[in-house]
Formats: sequence, structure tokens, C-alpha cells
Amino acid sequence: MKAPVSWIRELVDLPAEVTTEVLTDRLTALGLKLEGIHAAGAEIRGPLVIGEVLTMEPEPQKNGKTINWCTVDVGDANGTGEPQGIVCGAHNFAPGDLVVVILPGGVLPGDQGSGAVEISARKTYGHVSAGMICSVRELGIGDDHDGILVLPPDAGAPGDDAFGLLGLDDEVIEFEINPDRAYALSLRGVAREAALGFGVPFADPAERELPESDGKAWEVVVDDAIGCPVFAARLVSGFDPAAPTPEFVKRRVEQAGMRSISLAVDVTNYVMLELGQPIHGYDADKVAGALGVRRAREGERLTTLDDTVRELSIEDLVITDDSGPIGLAGVMGGATTEMSETTTRILIEAAHWDAVSMFRTGKRHKLTSEAGKRNERGVDPLLPGAAADRVVELLVEYGGATAEPGFTLVGVAPRRPVVTIATDLPARLSGIDITAMTTVESLRAIGATVVEQDADTIEVTPPTWRPDINDPYDLVEEVVRIVGYDQVPSVLPRRATGRGLTRTQRLRRRIGRTLAGAGLVEVVSFPFVGEATFDKLGLPADDPLRVTVGLANPLSSEEPAYTTTLLPGLLEAASRNVGRGAPGVALFETGTVAFPADNGPAPIYGVHTRPSAAELDKLVEALPVQPQHVAVVLAGERRRAGWWGPGTDAGWSDALAVVRRLAADLGVRVDVASSSRMPWHPGRCALISVDGVQLGHAGELHPSVCTAYGLPARSAAVELDLDALMAAAADVTLGPDFSTMPVAKEDVALVVDAGVTVAAVEAALREGAGDLLESIRLFDVYTGAQIEEGQKSLAFALRFRAPDRTLTEAETGAARAAAVARAAELTGAVQR
Amino acid sequence: MSGPNSDYDPVEVAAVSPAELEAARDAALAAIAAATDLEQLKAVRSDHAGDRSPLALANREIGALPPQARKEAGQRVGQARGAVSKALAAREEVLAAEHEARILVEEAVDVTLPTDEVPLGARHPLTTGAELIADIFVAMGWEVAEGPVIEAEWLNFDALNLGPDHPARTMQDTFWTEPAEHHVVLRTHTSPVQARTMLTRGVTEDAPIYVVCPGRVFRTDEYDATHSPMFHQVEGLAIDEGISMAHLKGTLDHFAGQMFGEGITTRFRPSYFPFTEPSAEVDLTCFVCRGTGLKGDGPDTCRTCRGEGWIEWGGCGIVNPRVLQACGIDSERYSGFAFGMGIDRTLMFRHGLEDLRTLFEGDVRFTTAFGSEL
Ligand SMILES: [Zn+2]
Repeated sequence: MKAPVSWIRELVDLPAEVTTEVLTDRLTALGLKLEGIHAAGAEIRGPLVIGEVLTMEPEPQKNGKTINWCTVDVGDANGTGEPQGIVCGAHNFAPGDLVVVILPGGVLPGDQGSGAVEISARKTYGHVSAGMICSVRELGIGDDHDGILVLPPDAGAPGDDAFGLLGLDDEVIEFEINPDRAYALSLRGVAREAALGFGVPFADPAERELPESDGKAWEVVVDDAIGCPVFAARLVSGFDPAAPTPEFVKRRVEQAGMRSISLAVDVTNYVMLELGQPIHGYDADKVAGALGVRRAREGERLTTLDDTVRELSIEDLVITDDSGPIGLAGVMGGATTEMSETTTRILIEAAHWDAVSMFRTGKRHKLTSEAGKRNERGVDPLLPGAAADRVVELLVEYGGATAEPGFTLVGVAPRRPVVTIATDLPARLSGIDITAMTTVESLRAIGATVVEQDADTIEVTPPTWRPDINDPYDLVEEVVRIVGYDQVPSVLPRRATGRGLTRTQRLRRRIGRTLAGAGLVEVVSFPFVGEATFDKLGLPADDPLRVTVGLANPLSSEEPAYTTTLLPGLLEAASRNVGRGAPGVALFETGTVAFPADNGPAPIYGVHTRPSAAELDKLVEALPVQPQHVAVVLAGERRRAGWWGPGTDAGWSDALAVVRRLAADLGVRVDVASSSRMPWHPGRCALISVDGVQLGHAGELHPSVCTAYGLPARSAAVELDLDALMAAAADVTLGPDFSTMPVAKEDVALVVDAGVTVAAVEAALREGAGDLLESIRLFDVYTGAQIEEGQKSLAFALRFRAPDRTLTEAETGAARAAAVARAAELTGAVQR
Repeated sequence: MSGPNSDYDPVEVAAVSPAELEAARDAALAAIAAATDLEQLKAVRSDHAGDRSPLALANREIGALPPQARKEAGQRVGQARGAVSKALAAREEVLAAEHEARILVEEAVDVTLPTDEVPLGARHPLTTGAELIADIFVAMGWEVAEGPVIEAEWLNFDALNLGPDHPARTMQDTFWTEPAEHHVVLRTHTSPVQARTMLTRGVTEDAPIYVVCPGRVFRTDEYDATHSPMFHQVEGLAIDEGISMAHLKGTLDHFAGQMFGEGITTRFRPSYFPFTEPSAEVDLTCFVCRGTGLKGDGPDTCRTCRGEGWIEWGGCGIVNPRVLQACGIDSERYSGFAFGMGIDRTLMFRHGLEDLRTLFEGDVRFTTAFGSEL
């Protein structure tokens, strides 16, 4: 909402010392949020005056242009009273015209950001041109005229200051109006708040003497009194369609950000800005029969003013005449009855509409209009008659129209609810010491009717322009904003006894720290994916990860779904880093993925009572399954080359190392098994599980995936179900028992078929070695000339220790032999 | 050493003369003193104290002397040998220390060599920022509540006093999941977590609600330097007996001070949120100019707050009783306050970030600057 300060001041008698800044500060404190202050002439410096063109000599130039050498009477503004000689390139004026002249020493804003232009007397085309005759464009108040701004003959006398005349000194305050302050979408509302803010009287522009309704302005039949509780109609005739819009109306409409179109249209907009009541004007000669208000019928269509054919819904409210719908009620008029340059009889409609219906219609037809914006937020239902009357007044005054007798007013304004409130509620809820008297006075100040019921309770009827006030708490806000939000003291509530972070919250922090400690950098990426994302990962057509939770209104049609895997975001980030020159990158992310639940729709319950436990369960069941995942991508250099030796690039084992490190920190024993799954390399992919529960995969990425993302060959990745991992994490770790007896070390080298896994051999050794085995670690793998082809030699270091004694050589030897024997039995291992 | 000696003829043996003995001892002591390293000392030991050394031979001969001569000879030889062995030990100690010192000198390295074999990891400031905020509230006895990012429409809107025709719903450009008739959305704020907390936990006199809800939220905003379809919010909810706007102000002032430093407080302006009534916008003392509105000590205006001295931080208010009602809380007995602000935005102020997108690009140069805690 843009409100010119001059207009506000016209409606409320603000003290002179109230500057625009003071005014906006006060209005902000009352809840009208300042968006900005604009002034058309902010960059213009005087002297800027009215001049009368005395003479005008056209002088053709060598370059083909013709300039005019003019003398202009600027009164005493130039200090001499002598005519001012000015060269002017425009031709749309004549001697005798009043124009706007800027004299030497003045400054103009300059064209679109080209910087300010300082005016001085300068020699040009063989004359000394002492000033400039201005166009609206040069003045920065419009760009629709090419020529000089020619003022009306009665604009003033030569030498008069032109700032005020052109509204150049008028500041326009732009407010951001919240939905509960729809009344402030009018000067009436803004001025009311200003009066409230400075404790000065307010003359309500909507207070007009209205005739009794006789229904004779036009016949109106309202079929839907819920959708249209009040409908006012007036008629004027003999209107001069060529009559110009008076300067002040035009300027104010433009200051409010609307276009000036014609007197008739401008007046309806002007009155809407002034009072907040949207108004529609019909060419009465194009309206056939009575006006009707009803819901649209199935299949009905309407061409609106914007030349769009609209398929109407049975929920849309329409205005009809004998021909059918002629307007989308409260939102936009129809083309057939539109006012034109030949309209002389104007039928004026000002109606109060059901806000919800307006909101739905606007949304359905994707129509936002100044009228719709007000109607869907709620307009004062007492306004229609006054607004129509005000329009008539202006059309008569400026358009030469005759007000036809008759005033049609159908319906009555809906009653406001009576809200009962304890007088100490504002004090209790705000923490400010607010007396009962202040409460009552504040509510009266906003226009409410207050009846004191007993010592502690009052009955409040909110004003008609405040449809947002329905509850005691709504009244509290009104009282507190008038007392001042800045009066709210700062007090800490009682100290709660919290239970600290939950186990899951602590585990998540721990996991993040462990991964960062392993040299990984955390990433936060968007979860939006599409088929192309999965294609890039090389997922087969029937891969379950392709079954996504779709978005009905994605930002990009390429990514219309919520992701089922964290890898795409991480791979993109890795690719971005590599693209920006990183020799290697190690990233991790934890986040939500989603899988459809297919349990039907989520119910919508009422809001007057709490849904039952079973109903709440239904809500939760309808939601997608949303596990937390953790994913890792390792690409390129993992350990740098340096004076210590060569570097190494990330590979499958680095991915496994991250998994094992994470698991070890959480006290989780993960099982690693060979697996095959895109986007991993089929021979270098590990399935990670805990106690038979699959957590996810780790290993080297498929070469095609590295290529698709522009990542170095052998880049590696991990993705695990974080929830499952956290569930497996040790809850309370018991201090381990360990022996301080001497250790006995034994190495064994076993030859097995190349296909036998280390894990299998290790498990067999562990099983065979028995309780004395403390640890086992593979320290070498050998293939080559010393052993047969198709076989490999695995060297393990075994450490034995007893809890209570030093082991004898015989005991250690026996355990070692048992381990080797078991390995031979289970894996065919042969000791080397 | 003291075994029977059969290498010589006892009859011919005579005791080593004291002069010879003295000479042998002096020669040994001189050699010991002349040894310059452990290697030389080893040779000296062998020459002058070894099995074939004059003193050892003299010692051996004592056994062959006639009994009456043994005592005196034994004393003399013993003294000489004792002096040599003491000198050897002393010299060895000196030489060993010298040796050690030399090795340490020789082993000196250039400690300015780089040690960046494994690059540094880091946690994301959005994660650590949310943790920092959570910790401030946990320290006040609050708890951290969480909920799903894909949420039921009823919990995201209706339960929060945002009915289907509420104009405020258009203020929140919502991502709907398919099919839209299933009433499931990407949550537009973390408020549904507050609703869930009230619905599942309820409130009693002994168990009031003090929860803070950090999390990821979505709006259909085009991605630019100040907007993102995904961002992060932290919301707080307190429900207890006698809760007022003063408690809200006290809590937010404390939060602001902890987050941005002492002297940073908040200011309320009337506003509108369906969830709260009365509602307020919260401004934060500009922590760059600390409220002066000026850039440094100069006359220029502060860029961060554009000279206002305050920056918009979030929204807050007293929980609308309609919300309490929908969530099964006795609104006659309990009142509550709620607040919410963007974590991304908060971090942008706190760390001077110019472009929101740096948070989501995943450039490691950005993230590693923040380390593992904020
Ligand atoms: Zn500042």
C-alpha cells in the first residue's frame, strides 16, 4: 500500500513537527510496516518555477534539427523580472502556454541512472540558454510524454514554485500491510492509525449523509446473501467521456502505483484508495436488465477485462444481467459491459463480498487485482453505500455527469461478534502493567464499542472494519500495540528441567565429528531429483531408488521428486570442487531421504479439539518413510604427495576405511560382504550390515558414474542408513576387560584360492584359535612366482594372551595349530 | 680369572715392580684421557684393562707369588686397576653424553616442512550453527525437538491456525507432494514439530513445554543470493502457566546475547502470524555497528543494517489459543510463546556471508574455514 503523505495529512490533522520519518516510525510501532519512502522530486533542486512562453522562434540547424529560441516569463524567479532566454528542442507548445522551467543553479535527476544534471546558463546554437523547459521525463515523474509538460492555464502565475504544483515534494510512504490489517489498504485506514498514533482527531471520509435506499438506482437481485451480504448501486448520466482526470486524482492514483486510464476508471480507483472499498463501473447502456448476484453455473464462461476467457466454477460468485455473467464478482469485471470512450451513463457497483469466496476465486483464476486483494482480506461492510456516493460526487464534479435519483442498497452488514474479555488479560499476556482503564480506552481508540460488564470483564464489539478481531487474544494485541511493544519487559521464564540432548541427537553430532576427523568435509545439498539424476547414477529401470515421492509443483520439471539417495547431491558437489581445481575432495552429508508409503491420503481434521491418538497415527502413517542417511564421496587425491613420498588417490578401500572408522567409533561391529549395486563398480562394492541388518554400500564408483560426473577414475562412495547405524550403536559402553599378562605373538602365512575372502579366512582362524586369541590382523597379501597361479598367500599376525598367566610355548603353539587347522578345514588354506 | 694358572713356571715368577705397575697405570690413564670417542675408548679398554693388558697380567701373577708377597702385591695391583676402571667409567660417561648430544644435533630437521598429507575435514556451519543454538537453549533447560521434513498438511497448516482459506497460506509458497489431494507437503516451517510436541506430550504443571526445533524447511522460492527453496529454521515453543510476552522478550534477549555477544538485544514490532496472537517481528541490534547505524567511527551508514541500527531477525508471539485448542492444551490454564528465525540468515549476519548460495554449493574452501565447531 502506497500512501502519499499529503493525502494522509488531508484526512488527519497531524502536528506540523511530525516529519515523515516520525510518522512512519509511529505507524511501524502500531503495526504498519514501512517498506520505503519515495518522493518523486527527491533528486530535484530548485529553482523550479512556472514560466509563460512569450516568444518562440524556430531556427533550423545545419544538422537538420530545428530548435526553438524562446523567451519565457518566469516572474521574479530569476531575480531580474526580465524574460528568460531558453533554447528548447521540443515543439509541442506555443507562446502563451504555461510550462515548467528550471533555472540555472537547479539540478535535475537525469535520465535513467545517468547521474544528476546541473543546470547552468550555457552557450548553445548561437544563444545563451539560461535554463531548461522541462518534460515529465526530465522531472522524473513519468515517461509517457515525449514533449514538454504544458500546464493547464489556471495552474498558476509565472514565477510560482512548481514543486508543490507537480507534487514533487510529496513523499509517498509504502507499507507492507499484514493480512490482519486489511483496513490499512486505504487512506482511511492509514489516516485512522496516524490519528491514533498522535492522539489527534480523525475525520472519517466514509461518513457521508446517504439517502434511504429506494432500490431505484438499478434493479439488483442477490441470490447469494452469504457470498454478497451488501450490494449498493448508483447511476449517473450525461457523463463526458472526454473529460480529463483532474491532476490530483491522476497523481494520487499514480502515486499508489496504478495507471491513470480515464476519468471514470480513475475515480473508481481513487475512491477505492481513499476508502478501501473496491468499486466497479459499468457502461449502463450495455447492461441488459437487472443486475444479479449468484454462483456461476457449470460450464459458464466469462471474458474478463483482461481479454481472457475464463471457465467459471460453480463456486465463483458472478454478477449477471439478462445475458448471463458479466463480471467475476469482486475480482474483475467483464468485457461486454466495460466502460469505453463513448460511455455516458455509468452504473456504479460497490458491494461487500465474502472474503473466503474472493480468495478462492482469485486463487482458482490466478487473478490478483487491487480489488481482489482488498476483497479477499475483508472490507468494512458499511462502506458500499458511502463509496458509491463518493464516486457519484466525483463524476458529477469532474465529469459533468448528472446523478440520477435513486439508491439501491440490498442486504445488511453482517453483525460483528461480541467478545468478552477479562480486563487484566492484556497485562497478563504482555507482562506490561496495563490497567483496566487503559484496556478500555485502547479498545475504544481503535473504534470498538466497549461495555463494562462487571469489575473485571468487558464486552467488546470490534469495529466493522476489523473483521480480523474475533477472539480475546486479538483484542490483547490491539491494547498492547497501543501501549507499545517497546514497553514489554525482558524477563526469563522459570528454569525448566530439561533432559538434555536425546541419544539420537548426541549420536548425530558424534558421527559428524568422526567423519570430519577422518578428513571429510560436510555438505548440505538440495534433495530434488529426477529421472535424469538416476540415469546419471546408472540405476536400472526397475531400481527401487527410482520410486520417489513426487512433487506436484517442483521448481524444475527436471527434478520433480524428493530424493531417495544422498549421492547425487554429494557427487554434484564433488564435481563442482574438482571443476574449481581441487586435486581431491572428500565429502559427507547426513540428511533425509524419502520413500512413498502408499497408505492413502493424510486426513484433514478439525481444529476445535485435539485429534485422537488413533487419528494422529493415521496422519503419521500417510507420510512417506523418511530415514536419515549418511553418504560419503571420495574423489581424487586422498593423501597428498609431499616430501614424505608420493600421494595416493582415493579408492574403494578408503570408502571401507571410512565405514569401519565410523563403526568403530560407535562401537558397532559391521560385516562387510562383496556385493554388486549401481552406482558402484560391480567388483568393488561392499555390502555393509550389522547383525544381518543391511546398512548400505561402500566401494569404488562405477567408471561410467565417474565419467558422468566428471570425477577422477576410481572415485569412491558410501551410503548408509544412519537410523539403522545409530540403532546399532552401543548404548552404554561397558569398560572392557583386558589382561596385563605378557603377549605371545605368532605369525601365520596361509595359501588359499584367490576367490577365498580374507574375512572368511580370518573368521576361521579366529574360531580355531579359541579364547586365548587377543587379536588378529592381516599384514600382507602375496601373489606371484612363489605360489601357484590362482592362489594367494595371506599373512596374519596373531596375538595371544591369557587373563591370568603367562602363556607357555606349548599353549600358544597349540592355539596357533588349532587356528590353522580350522582355516584349512573351512577355507582349504595351506600353511606356507 | 681366578682359576688355576698353568701358563708359567711359578719358580721363576717375581712380583711386578711398583715402578712398572705405576707406569702401566699412568699409561692407561693417559690413554683413557686421550680417547675422543667411544670407539677409541673401547680400544683403550682392551689395551689397558683387557685380558692381555699389563695390569691384568700383573693381577694374574699374584696368585703365583709366594704367600707372603701376595698381600702387598695384591693391594698395589688392585689399586692400580681400580683407578683405571674408575677412569674408564668416567670417561665413558663423558663420551657417551657427547655422542648422544651429537646424534641429536645431527638428527635435527626443518620443522617448517608441511605436514598436510591428509587434508582437513570440517562440519558444515549450518549443522554446527544449529548445534550452537540448541546448546544455548539446552543450557536454559530446554529440549531439542525434531520431526519429519515431509509433513501432513494438517500439521503444517490447519493445526497452526492456518485454515485452507487462510490468506497467510499464500504467503507460504508450499511444495506439495503428489498427488496433492493426499495433503502431504514439504514442511514450510518447523512449526509442525511444535504441534507434534504439544499433541504427543501435552502439558502439565510439572512438565511444561520448553522446546526448540531446528530443521530444514522448504518454500517454492527461486534460488538466488538471498532466497533458497530449502533453508533452515529454528523455532522455539514455551507453554507453561503464566507465560507472557515478557518471557518471550527475556528468552530472545538471552538468545541474542549468547549468539552475537553481550549488548546485543531484541526489539519487537507488531506483526501478524496465524500461529501467534499478539504477534511481533523481532529485530536484533545490528551486531556490526552495535546499534549505532554508523560504519566504524565515520559518518557513513552501516551497510549491514542500512543505518537502522537493527536488523530483522524473525517472528514471534503469544501462541494463539486456537492452536492450543487444536493440540489439546487447556488454553484457559496455560499460555505459551513461540518464535522462529532463519538459521541461514542468522549465520549470514554472524559470519558476514554475502551470498546464501555459498551454504549449499559444497565448496570445501568455504566449509573448512569453519572447522568442526562454530
Ligand atoms: Zn549496523
